[in-house]
Amino acid sequence: MLRIDAAGVHYRHLNEQIRETVRAGETVLVLDNVNGQRYIGTGLESDQVRITIHGVPGNDLAAFMSGPAITVWGNAQDGVSNTMNSGTVVVHGGAGDVLGYGMRGGKLFIRGDVGYRVGIHMKEYKDLVPVLMVGGRAGAFFGEYMAGGRLILLGLDRPAGSPLTGDYLGTGMHGGVIYLRGRPEEHTLGREVKMFDLDEVDWAFLNPLLDEFCRYYDRDPGRLRAAEFRKLVPVSHRPYGLLYTP
Amino acid sequence: MREGMVRIPSGCAISGIISTKGIRFNGEAINRSIACMHERSNGLGGGFVAYGIYPEYRDLYALHLMYETPQARGETEEYLHKHFTVHQAELIPTGNATGIGEAPALWRYFVRPERKETENGPVRDNDDYVTASVMTINSRIHGAFVFSSGRNMGVFKGVGYPEDIARFFRLEEYEGYMWVAHGRFPTNTPGWWGGAHPLGVLDWSVVHNGEVSSYGINKRYLEMFAYRLELQTDTEVIAYLFDLLHRRHGVPLDLVCRTLTAPFWKDIDRGDEREREVYTALRRVYGSAMLNGPFSVIVAFNGTMIGLNDRIKLRPMVCGRKDHFTLMGSEESALREVAGDLDEVWHIRAGERFIARLEEGVTV
Repeated sequence: MLRIDAAGVHYRHLNEQIRETVRAGETVLVLDNVNGQRYIGTGLESDQVRITIHGVPGNDLAAFMSGPAITVWGNAQDGVSNTMNSGTVVVHGGAGDVLGYGMRGGKLFIRGDVGYRVGIHMKEYKDLVPVLMVGGRAGAFFGEYMAGGRLILLGLDRPAGSPLTGDYLGTGMHGGVIYLRGRPEEHTLGREVKMFDLDEVDWAFLNPLLDEFCRYYDRDPGRLRAAEFRKLVPVSHRPYGLLYTP
Repeated sequence: MREGMVRIPSGCAISGIISTKGIRFNGEAINRSIACMHERSNGLGGGFVAYGIYPEYRDLYALHLMYETPQARGETEEYLHKHFTVHQAELIPTGNATGIGEAPALWRYFVRPERKETENGPVRDNDDYVTASVMTINSRIHGAFVFSSGRNMGVFKGVGYPEDIARFFRLEEYEGYMWVAHGRFPTNTPGWWGGAHPLGVLDWSVVHNGEVSSYGINKRYLEMFAYRLELQTDTEVIAYLFDLLHRRHGVPLDLVCRTLTAPFWKDIDRGDEREREVYTALRRVYGSAMLNGPFSVIVAFNGTMIGLNDRIKLRPMVCGRKDHFTLMGSEESALREVAGDLDEVWHIRAGERFIARLEEGVTV
């Protein structure tokens, strides 16, 4: 295990050090006092590497990443898992805007609320299906232009009367599925999506992910499942259109 | 080279701290905060504004000037002596700093207006008089530029990274209760000293990340009220719109914000009758004051700091609180660089504003 004190360290030096350490065969890294250093884990390729971050990592955390597991003890900023290929990012806090931008695989878990345009341009190909799961609420444009993958929004612990998402939910969406725990307000739906109940295929996909979420954040999966879930799928793209529209 | 001569199609960093108890602190904290976002700037502009720094002259207007030639200084000082009582004239203290290009001559004057009318006729008050004088100097005297004109506050800015600009202006030697900073990444125009942020007039200052696509409409509207937009920099319109709507027209601050980032018609239609009436009226009267395009801005004036996001949130903006400090910035890390253990942290939503004010009864 290698521990790095990131206090006052420029992001380039920090990321060089991470890369060199991984190249030398080290697999467990702990970064202390991280504050705003961007591109942590960006472009890293390895299924063994585990990085634990204490603090607030900067933008583009885990961008273009293939394989590693990153845990953040703090909030994350914008652009987490930008164009990520595989691996897992678990954030014990909230995060900012454009999370999972163009994400192509792997999993991103956020415990709290997220900002705007989360899941924008996510995509999938064959068995590469990215998953982005949010414990709290989301801002507007959730799943904008989404072309594939799965967005899961739980809306946990939100104040009474506080909406699950902002406006323009799934606007321009033409692939993938958005799962919502709760019912969004009708006027927030983008015109390219329709809302449906979950079927067995959905639950078979969702159940292990809900269990995984509960393991990371120490929650009761039974209570999570007890609420109403709905899904949004695009009606603008032929395959899904035929599958889900009457 | 001046703004507007070349277009460079290509982000920015903003940060602000206010002690709502009015406790003064030096420029180191704001400098650490903005330097934390170094990568958001490209060295073509950095600037700061500090409130509460000239308490010994709190009743006088502090004019900060840039001069490109000795002749420009001569003409400007002649103008100032004719129109104001100049209580003090001095070079703005500067120090050695790396990474800064050739600086213009930097002077400051503590002045009191001595007339009640400009060449265009009588003015309502000293603020209008100073505004008109600033417009006159900036548009008529070649090579002279007033970049700060409020009371008990001052703008310090130039071409360079913000942390270098802070060292250059020795900001650790000033104490203010509110500081706002900007790191520039000019997108449409080349950077010059006057075009760096903050921009403003009187004690209004604006720092801005983004672009005002409605600039043309806003500019023409402001020109009807005798504002002269000389800088070719979109940020300028935001400062003047606040000055026009709030100071001159008396529109409450909250509604000024709701005018600049007006709710969409579909949202106005969903509101209750009273809201529909107010927002419809604002959009009818002040349609040309609406700001479009991607932006997050911090607007400040004596005692108040406002964070404002564009209508669909195309730029980031984070707020935080620690004891009696309210902080705002483009990134959460910029806040935590100053206060690692924030009591509270939140994001400003699309079209929304957060207004931090000095506590009731605090004088600065």
